[in-house]
Amino acid sequence: MGGAERVAEGAGGADAGAEEIPYVELKAFEGRAAAVAGRGKDPVNGPMIRHWCEAMGDANPAYAGPDQVAPPTMLQAWTMGGLSGHEGFSGHEGREGCEGHEEHEGQEGQEGHEGHKGRSDAYDALFALLDGAGYTSVVATDCEQEYVRALRPGDLITFDAVIESVSERKTTRLGTGHFVTTRMDVRADGALAGTHRFRILKYAPAARREPVARRPRPVVNRDNAGFWEGVAAHRLLIQRCCGCGAPRFPWLPGCNACGSAEWDTVEASGEGTVHSYVVMHHPPFPAFDPPYAVGLVELAEGVRIVSNVVGVPCDEVRIGMPVRLEFQRVDEELELPVFRASADGGPHEAR
Amino acid sequence: MRPGEELPPLEVPITRTLIVAGAIASRDYQDVHHDAELARAKGSPDIFMNILTTNGLVGRYITDHFGPTAILRKVAIRLGAPNHPGDTMVLTGTVERVEATPEGDTATVGVVGANGVGRHVTGTVTVTVPAGGAA
Repeated sequence: MGGAERVAEGAGGADAGAEEIPYVELKAFEGRAAAVAGRGKDPVNGPMIRHWCEAMGDANPAYAGPDQVAPPTMLQAWTMGGLSGHEGFSGHEGREGCEGHEEHEGQEGQEGHEGHKGRSDAYDALFALLDGAGYTSVVATDCEQEYVRALRPGDLITFDAVIESVSERKTTRLGTGHFVTTRMDVRADGALAGTHRFRILKYAPAARREPVARRPRPVVNRDNAGFWEGVAAHRLLIQRCCGCGAPRFPWLPGCNACGSAEWDTVEASGEGTVHSYVVMHHPPFPAFDPPYAVGLVELAEGVRIVSNVVGVPCDEVRIGMPVRLEFQRVDEELELPVFRASADGGPHEAR
Repeated sequence: MRPGEELPPLEVPITRTLIVAGAIASRDYQDVHHDAELARAKGSPDIFMNILTTNGLVGRYITDHFGPTAILRKVAIRLGAPNHPGDTMVLTGTVERVEATPEGDTATVGVVGANGVGRHVTGTVTVTVPAGGAA
């Protein structure tokens, strides 16, 4: 079966620094009470049954009318503390972690016995131990209910629960932690009506495993391959028309001036000036770290190229600022031409 | 009913209303089941269905099929991919075993509820259908 118990292979140590608790300390909680002499806040009643059926879209006639029974799956609902909790509740403020939610294999927030009067010291101590070691998040993974007899309006609910098991440390896709299984006996007017076994994972959320974002790859085709070969050799190549001699950039198959398809290249000297620019603040794209300046740089050869202006705070980039070509490696397989502002600043810069 | 019999699927649109109504009807006021802002603050993309609602829907799926005389004996579920608003969960079931018991035939039904992300719930339900009941 799926679920959080499916242990991720090779993911050990991915937890966010949770300490290992000697298992014998956890094992010692097995068999101890989780809740003692809990009492349902309301007797089994028709209105709550109807609200449940309305929510679930359950039109079963057995749950209505003078001989109505409660839907058996309501078993746990009769034991819930609700918004006000049970009196005498020493609350456990379990943090509900949702790191990496897209990988969730369970749902938070269902601590079967939270908020009940009589919730035991042992259960509080177990949670304190797990919280203290860094297993601060809670996810409900399993619910197993057996129904011994139907509940009917007027039944008074009482319950006791025991810590059935605490697992060894497991590494799941959510993180590393311990499964805690409790079993609750629910009684109606003192007679056993059902049992409710509940399993949660107390865990330290796995560190986010977002892949390291990379710059988009250039689309290289036969019309621009020569440009990227030039970049790889640290040469910024500009096309030049063999018909009319006009330089052009970016690379195109034909000349915009005379229409000739014949061309050769010249290597840019690397000198240029900022013709225009923007500073990117938002939105942030993966692999880019705003704010950064994007310049339209006019090269000495008379063509313009869009690239980053570096070497100066982005709010100090100015139109007319002299810049010089350099090549910046952005990852192991990609280098890009960028333009570094000259140390002596531009003509618009007040001195 | 006989082993191998497949129950007709039940499509459950996972609306915000269903999630909130189910949480409140089950007296579960955990914020992640009704407050999208707080759910997001905890890393979830939105609110999500609580386990009691899932349990209730699985029970309903079985009794819808076997009729009002059917008696649920046991519902055991395990949760997987969360049910967020806007998704649809499709419950499917297969009769795994049938035993003759004093009250009637008792079937063990495997149930799966799949949503757009994966399996939200897998479970097993034991249900007794008195003689003269449906199926």
